[in-house]
Amino acid sequence: MKDWRYWLAEQRGTLLAFAIFIVMFAIYSGNHPAGFTANVVQTAANKGVLLAFVAMAQTLVVITAGIDLSVGMIFTLTNCMASWLVIGTGLETAFGLVAVLGTGLVCGAINGAIVIYGRLQPIVATIATGAVYFGLALLLRPVPGGSVNEDVADFLTGRFFGVVPASLMALFVVVLVVWVPFRRSELGRAAYAAGSSETAAYMSGVPIRRGKFLAYTLAGLLAAIGGLFLTFFTYTGEAAYASGNAYTLFSIAAVVLGGVSLFGGKGSAIGAIFGALAFRTIGDLLFVFDFDPLWQPLFQGIILLIAVSLGAFALFRVRNRLEWFL
Amino acid sequence: MNGAAPLFRMEGISKRYGGVRALEKADLTVTAGSIHAILGENGAGKSTLIKVMAGVVAPDEGTMTLDGREVTFASPAAANQAGIVCIFQELSLIPELSVADNIVISDPPKRFGMIDRKAQRRLAEQALARAGAADIHPLALIKDLPLSRRQMVEIAKALARKPRILILDEATSALTAADVAKVFEVLKRLRQEGLALLYISHRMNEISELADQCTVFRNGRNVASYRAGSKSDNEVVELMIGREYSHIFPPKPTRPQTVAAPVLEARNLSWSDRLDNISLSVAAGEVVGLGGLDGQGQRELLLAFFGVLRGLSGQILVDGKPVSIASPAAASDDRITMALIPEDRKTEGLMLPMTVRENLSFAALDRLSKAGVIDRAAEQRLIDDMVELLAIKTAGLDIPVGALSGGNQQKVVIAKWLMRQPRIILLNDPTRGIDVGTKQELYQLMRKLADAGAAILFYSTDYDELIGCCDRVLVLYDGAIKRELVGADITEHALIASALNIHGGSGRAEQGEGA
Repeated sequence: MKDWRYWLAEQRGTLLAFAIFIVMFAIYSGNHPAGFTANVVQTAANKGVLLAFVAMAQTLVVITAGIDLSVGMIFTLTNCMASWLVIGTGLETAFGLVAVLGTGLVCGAINGAIVIYGRLQPIVATIATGAVYFGLALLLRPVPGGSVNEDVADFLTGRFFGVVPASLMALFVVVLVVWVPFRRSELGRAAYAAGSSETAAYMSGVPIRRGKFLAYTLAGLLAAIGGLFLTFFTYTGEAAYASGNAYTLFSIAAVVLGGVSLFGGKGSAIGAIFGALAFRTIGDLLFVFDFDPLWQPLFQGIILLIAVSLGAFALFRVRNRLEWFL
Repeated sequence: MNGAAPLFRMEGISKRYGGVRALEKADLTVTAGSIHAILGENGAGKSTLIKVMAGVVAPDEGTMTLDGREVTFASPAAANQAGIVCIFQELSLIPELSVADNIVISDPPKRFGMIDRKAQRRLAEQALARAGAADIHPLALIKDLPLSRRQMVEIAKALARKPRILILDEATSALTAADVAKVFEVLKRLRQEGLALLYISHRMNEISELADQCTVFRNGRNVASYRAGSKSDNEVVELMIGREYSHIFPPKPTRPQTVAAPVLEARNLSWSDRLDNISLSVAAGEVVGLGGLDGQGQRELLLAFFGVLRGLSGQILVDGKPVSIASPAAASDDRITMALIPEDRKTEGLMLPMTVRENLSFAALDRLSKAGVIDRAAEQRLIDDMVELLAIKTAGLDIPVGALSGGNQQKVVIAKWLMRQPRIILLNDPTRGIDVGTKQELYQLMRKLADAGAAILFYSTDYDELIGCCDRVLVLYDGAIKRELVGADITEHALIASALNIHGGSGRAEQGEGA
């Protein structure tokens, strides 16, 4: 029985991302003036989970061998919506939450429908829908503003039992409620199969379209959860174009760091989460070592390049050069 | 002819792809509890037949009946539902998923709406054991398995679907001898359990061991059905031959056995498990054919010459001197001037959205440029020459090459390489899917180039072409050259017999190990 070896091989990308994150975070908290305290962890968690949610969203689409360039804009749109709706009495707030999450689902479903049934390339389709979503966000919030139910916001961004960051718990719950069932469902497997080899999947009678549609739709939902948390952290809504685009691009970086193959069919949202947390820690590291924040993009770029090169080693083993281009 | 009522019947099935008829009023009757072999040469319609059965393509006309009821299949899934499961030649496994995932892919066991991984594991283990492949770990990823193991997984996957009719299309082509023996035991047991098996293979010895009934296809029709063992190998080959000769070939020169020094030589070329110790030589002015069934290493051999394969062992010589060719760019440079006309012009030969002019110049840009700038006048002159030489019919040089007909596209691919005036020309099935008129022009051109001193290595799946065009034909089987046919010895009978690696027919069949 060497089952664990196969398990290890399958989780390699995820474990690598986990290790990278742990090392970086250890260096970070070790050099932090306050050390490894609940406060430091909470701040880091709150900064990290936003990208983690968006990266999870990206993972679902990337698994189907697609790409979603609208995740950052769904994130922005839902942030603007939440700043109008997630407020008031308990019931009103609950209704607002449902409306915001529902919007995310619809945005994702539109992406999926265009890509799968309209047969447009994901990259083009999601650039276009992303622009539409941002346009809507701008209509909702021409200038930054609005507010949010602060009780809910503080509860979800604070700490449980004084130690566990609530945002991290929320991330954990989302993994349990969204990712795990997806990973283990027939449609989730169909999404993987379609990403790995669409022809083989078709020949095997796999429900490719439904699988991909589900992946895109859930991606919208996850991006909306991210948008919701952004509102909880900032108490406002803002249709920030640069920030939305940055989240889209960083989500791709996080996915790659997390061992998810851009060719599809391989990887896990758990890996992408650690990829996102690691990516965020780069900035924090520069902070504790007193680097000028101007260095941040450059360092993030270098780390990303290194991570991506690791993945390219497989090409050295190719014996038929035509396979380089497959 | 059979006592039992037929389980499945196809009547009058026709299928056309564009102008090419793949099946023409084909019939087939399948009985439970028997193994039915389908024979036929390349392009006889076997693959289309089973694709129709398995719901991959819809027939243009004809009916299928299962248990006496008429059926149609909208998709492979629908055919599976009805109990028809096919093991395709091109594998249908998903590389990034595990063996167990793949085995249950079409209908995974579920608990509370989610895939039950324990049950999946159990099913996979059972299926693997049933296929005689218990050595494969259910958690291994498909992409990490060698081809022979994958094929065993493919068989296990088919069995897990509890088929009533199991179709095996060249399912043993990549298996080791030990695996073949295991698979045969499995197949015989399935026959006893009452399954109907359709067995497509080019290996005559396998068919004589397994089959109860045989049907021969030719030109998209079933031309004969007989009880296995009632015809000799030679009679079967005769049944498979018999296409009308519709092409006109240019006369071959009656020169004495080549005295010219070889331009291109290979010595003991081996690569992976696809090329096995191949030695050959092609002289200036010679057209040498590569024959054999599809996929016996012909394509790899051409790619090896053209610098695409890594880890090649053996030697390649040009003009008698050893050369190392590390890339297509190296193969086509001025020292060697080799050209490869690829098999798939749409992906490897042309940039479809770009113009005819651009496509024509790609391979010769270095020759047409001065200090990195393209000399437009020189380019135009050369392009004009080529368009005239090949009689390319195009509305203009600045329209996308994708707008041309298939035959003219292929001419552009060839012209592109001729712009470099290659001395060595490799052709990979260049006439596939093009019209007869253009084919004839290409045959004339090939001979003209050879007469002008080019050395030509020509792979074709069409035996008529090999007979009509080549001075010599090398027949490949399992990556090795099994036979060399020269001049008048190049006959359809000899080609088919040696392609199947049987020792019938006239001439000197070399001793193969009998697969």
